[in-house]
Amino acid sequence: MTTAEYQGAALGERVPVGGRFGWLMTIYRYALVILLALVFVFPFIVMLTTAFKVSDEIFMAPPELLPRTWTLDHFIGALTQIPFFRFLLNTVVIAGLSVLGTVLVSPLVAYSLSKLRWKGRNLLFIMVLATMMLPPQVTLIPIYMMWNKVGATGTILPLVIPAFLGTPFFIFLIRQFLLSVPDELIEAAKVDGASEFRIYWSIVLPIARPALITSAVFQFVWAWTDFLYPLIYLNEEESYTLSIGLYSFLGEHGVQWGPLMASCVLFTLPAFLIFLVFQRYFIGGIATGALK
Amino acid sequence: MQSARPRPSEPTGRALLKGLAFASPFIIGFLVLYLWPILASGYYSLTDFSLFKAPKWVGLANYERMISDAKFWKSLYNTLFFTFVGVPVDIAISIAGAHILNQKLKGQPLWRALVYLPSIVPAVAAGFLWRWLLNAQYGFVNEILRWFRIPQPNWLLDASWGGISVIVLMLWTVGGTMLIYLAALKNVPQELYEAAELDGAGPLRRFWHITWPMISPVTLFQVIVLIIAFLQVFTQPFVLSKDPGLGTQTATGPGDSMLSYSIYLFQNGFTFLKMGYASAMAWVLLFVTLAITLLILWSAKKWVFYDNR
Repeated sequence: MTTAEYQGAALGERVPVGGRFGWLMTIYRYALVILLALVFVFPFIVMLTTAFKVSDEIFMAPPELLPRTWTLDHFIGALTQIPFFRFLLNTVVIAGLSVLGTVLVSPLVAYSLSKLRWKGRNLLFIMVLATMMLPPQVTLIPIYMMWNKVGATGTILPLVIPAFLGTPFFIFLIRQFLLSVPDELIEAAKVDGASEFRIYWSIVLPIARPALITSAVFQFVWAWTDFLYPLIYLNEEESYTLSIGLYSFLGEHGVQWGPLMASCVLFTLPAFLIFLVFQRYFIGGIATGALK
Repeated sequence: MQSARPRPSEPTGRALLKGLAFASPFIIGFLVLYLWPILASGYYSLTDFSLFKAPKWVGLANYERMISDAKFWKSLYNTLFFTFVGVPVDIAISIAGAHILNQKLKGQPLWRALVYLPSIVPAVAAGFLWRWLLNAQYGFVNEILRWFRIPQPNWLLDASWGGISVIVLMLWTVGGTMLIYLAALKNVPQELYEAAELDGAGPLRRFWHITWPMISPVTLFQVIVLIIAFLQVFTQPFVLSKDPGLGTQTATGPGDSMLSYSIYLFQNGFTFLKMGYASAMAWVLLFVTLAITLLILWSAKKWVFYDNR
């Protein structure tokens, strides 16, 4: 078969399908994708509508999706029954410092691993990759003992200091990004006599902005949603994050589904807003395959 | 590799110092947060030791105790169950969903965002939400099953469904993997499909002979990443199984069906204060993870197709 025939046949096959059954196929495609999206989104709708229901309606069998009477009581309950704003502030501080550490330090290391040539660079890169694979359970107890020895358990230090020592995932992500930046830009500055740090600060960092934002938003969501580490390190109620605060909420008061769902809504909202604003950085980060 | 225009030469000593200086935070981090803890954990695993008690050498006693510890085996079994059921289902759903998203559709960014959305929900909030959805009386999951006349299990209270409930919760965040597959599907050359269509290959054969081999490197990577994540699962079963009557103490689900390996490790280390035993468990987890990963890498040459054009 010649190329012309091949192309003609391929085109010939496609046209009638689009013409005769086009509208049916379009409906089918959208029905499928709406069904798919619904499976993922439906739980959110339940979370939201449950939070607005009066308590009697929450316990109704069979359940109904929409409240018959809408109420804000559970949101007021969520904000007053637990020290919600205290937990919120703690979470914001931890997430904020983690993001600061990540954008200050991870690109430094990534720069050294991509644009500086030195003996041992490959070894260090292998170390970064190896730490990405290591189950955190292995280091959990010795690191806890270490923080305990210096009297830092119960403080936020064990939760934020690691970000200031470089996070392997973000080092990897930023390094991959910097590898695609041409060396010429850096060399030109070097010829002009700029110091290495100046080059890094005023040339490399601005170029790496997309990778930095991706790292920052993922770090924010990780810190915001983290449960295990706050559970281990924070033992006073006044230092609880929202994760731990909500978790203990269930233990102390039995299950109060209304306020619980309302606080889950409030807890999810900031991560949701960050996602809305920085959506393309999330999706971009996922596409690199390093993050999820 | 040598670039066309070599960098202005620099004494190797100076270059080394610069490289080390920029990398120094991670070098410190590696020593303090990884290397030392790994070695310490190996040592602790050979001792009897807690927060209030200095390590006392006991040789392999901790490892020997695991053999007769029924809860250890139960937690290992549960975790392997989560992994070997959850990961294949996760991959299958991701590939199917990626095909749906890969059709000619308007509003692509919206569909992608909706699918990924559950992944940014705090695990604790997601856990509580699904406890409510899976509630046998008031939950929507059983309500929907009722519409279709499908038998409705008592998800969270029946020992044979506890593990499945954990997997269901974990599958809610499958969107990330789905988006990775979507990117992979977009990279498969269209000519291959057109040629196959000419040869009269139906959709199933096209998937099996073109799509599946072309995305197999992505599958290999995702299988490994997911297995590592499933083997470490902690928060999801921890929240799903929390018994509100028991104060701060953790429940482990009906018949311990939600007791994951990491939960049992955590309990040993921080509730029962058997930190030597917990460290030994951590090392077993490391070896199980390594063994499964190597097994999959070894099997890869049989099913992963590398396009070397």
